[in-house]
Amino acid sequence: MRESAEITVSIRNLSRSFGAIKAVNHVDLDIYSGEFLTLLGPSGSGKTTVLRIIAGFEKPDEGTIHLGGKDVSQLPPYERDVNTVFQDYALFPHMNVLSNIEYGLRVQRIEKTERKARAEQALEQVRLSGYGDRKPAQLSGGQRQRVALARALVNRPSVLLLDEPLGALDLKLREQMQIELKELQREVGITFIFVTHDQEEALTMSDRIAVFNQGRIEQIGTPREIYENPQSAFVSEFVGQTNKILFEGKRINIRPEFISVSKSKESGDRTLTGLLKDAIFVGASTRFLVDAENGEQVISVKPLEDLSIGDSVILSWESKKEFLA
Amino acid sequence: MGRVNNSLASWMHKRPKVRLLALLAAPGLWLVIAYLGALGALLITAFFTINNFTGDTIPGFSLGNFHDMVTDPAYRNVMFRTLGIALSVTLICSVIAIPMAFFMAKVAKPRSQKFLVALVLTPLWASYLVKIYAWRSMLEPKTGVIDWLLSPLGIHSPGFGGPAIIIGLSYLWLPYMILPIYAGLERLPNSLLDASGDLGAHNFYTFRKVILPLIFPSLVAGSMFTFSLSLGDYITAQIIGGKLQMLGNVVYQNFSINLPFAATIATIPVTIMALYLWLVRRTGALASL
Repeated sequence: MRESAEITVSIRNLSRSFGAIKAVNHVDLDIYSGEFLTLLGPSGSGKTTVLRIIAGFEKPDEGTIHLGGKDVSQLPPYERDVNTVFQDYALFPHMNVLSNIEYGLRVQRIEKTERKARAEQALEQVRLSGYGDRKPAQLSGGQRQRVALARALVNRPSVLLLDEPLGALDLKLREQMQIELKELQREVGITFIFVTHDQEEALTMSDRIAVFNQGRIEQIGTPREIYENPQSAFVSEFVGQTNKILFEGKRINIRPEFISVSKSKESGDRTLTGLLKDAIFVGASTRFLVDAENGEQVISVKPLEDLSIGDSVILSWESKKEFLA
Repeated sequence: MGRVNNSLASWMHKRPKVRLLALLAAPGLWLVIAYLGALGALLITAFFTINNFTGDTIPGFSLGNFHDMVTDPAYRNVMFRTLGIALSVTLICSVIAIPMAFFMAKVAKPRSQKFLVALVLTPLWASYLVKIYAWRSMLEPKTGVIDWLLSPLGIHSPGFGGPAIIIGLSYLWLPYMILPIYAGLERLPNSLLDASGDLGAHNFYTFRKVILPLIFPSLVAGSMFTFSLSLGDYITAQIIGGKLQMLGNVVYQNFSINLPFAATIATIPVTIMALYLWLVRRTGALASL
């Protein structure tokens, strides 16, 4: 699929400094048409700066951005075929919901009946029909989020940029919006570039993830590739949890959920014995903390087993689930 | 003593209304006696008359002063002139203050921001008279600073008169316009400006559709200063106004010879200000101030 897909955004050798800090450091990135790409990284890793450079709010010090084959590096935001959903939503407080959504169409001088129809349709798309004459202050966080989404999508941009749009929502709403966003993206078929520092969010929603660290992309790949085969220590620690175990003189990395804990049963070609130090019940699974015989501390995340603290247990896993890095 | 305080405190604690009354007593008295009292005295005096021979004020109720004021075209002219000057000053201050405040709030680096605010405030530390006399020496025809500097370029000082008053008052009240607009722009999130550009709007469109409506309450706050302060001013007109008179000058002149008439004239700016506030209230700007 990747071979045949068209490249929408092409970033080459992009750099941007703020004072002495190199926020973005020689980044290359190709984004395919219609994909959901997440820029994932801790705060200050440069992901938001890359997004703002694509939108045109920041100028690059070096490098180029091509949008649909056209070099837009030096163009102002209003001449780029992208729209942004802001972290604080940035809804115009003096306009009602409908006027907010119509703003981009009004700028483009789209005539009234079409403008109204498209705005209503966008409102319906985010399931807010009937909220058109409310002011943003009268909406909840989740509703504002949807208005911001509708305001951007109504312009039918070739790329939608989302800057941590779910950051201000509570967990339940956040999980619901993750699913809705993904569905919406499939429905409209627009390329989404999504910035987040939440690795779970990135894994849930993305077609591909670019992991940022200190202004550079550490790894780019599908959620599975990133999770199961991290290419650097940073990625393995930032995305998911990792056990670093000294095993037969070699340092290996393995995810907690690939390690089984049992009194007698082995499942996998690697085994290690130890004492169960603690078992923390966290709903769907339990976190087992085991002091292994070789002095290492190992974490396993598995469904609840009939074990008690102090039991001697066998840890086992498949060697193919290990990764280097 | 401590025990008395304690028991008083607990007595007050149970009576929120008494507490509120005690808190508001001083400002309330000030408002009623010093402020409304003076205004009331002004209004009442406006209906008094004087003994033409002795010049003594005679209490009573007569609409004669108002009749004189309305029928004499000279006073009508002064009124419209004063109104025109106050409006021009407000307009000039807004036009200068908006870009300045925008630069201070959105363009300048945080460190220079504080410095710029201090700079805007500095003229307020100097006496009003000093500043107006400074303008007098600037505007003086032929020998003034403006003519001396700019006459080789063919630009001449407007001399003393209406334009000089407008320049002087605009200079005096500019900080009162800049500061509220600066505060309003500082509260305006940058993301709104980004969002407008992102949705395709050029800078001027963003200014008209996003910035201006959102700083309108600040603009109104600033205009209340520039407009009302100009409306009541008479010293500037005296020093750089040439022969031109404003309402304040008429009040000042009549103060010693015909106090009731001075009071009658003084009701004009009060009425205009009341009308202005009523208009502003109708726009809803006061609600979000």
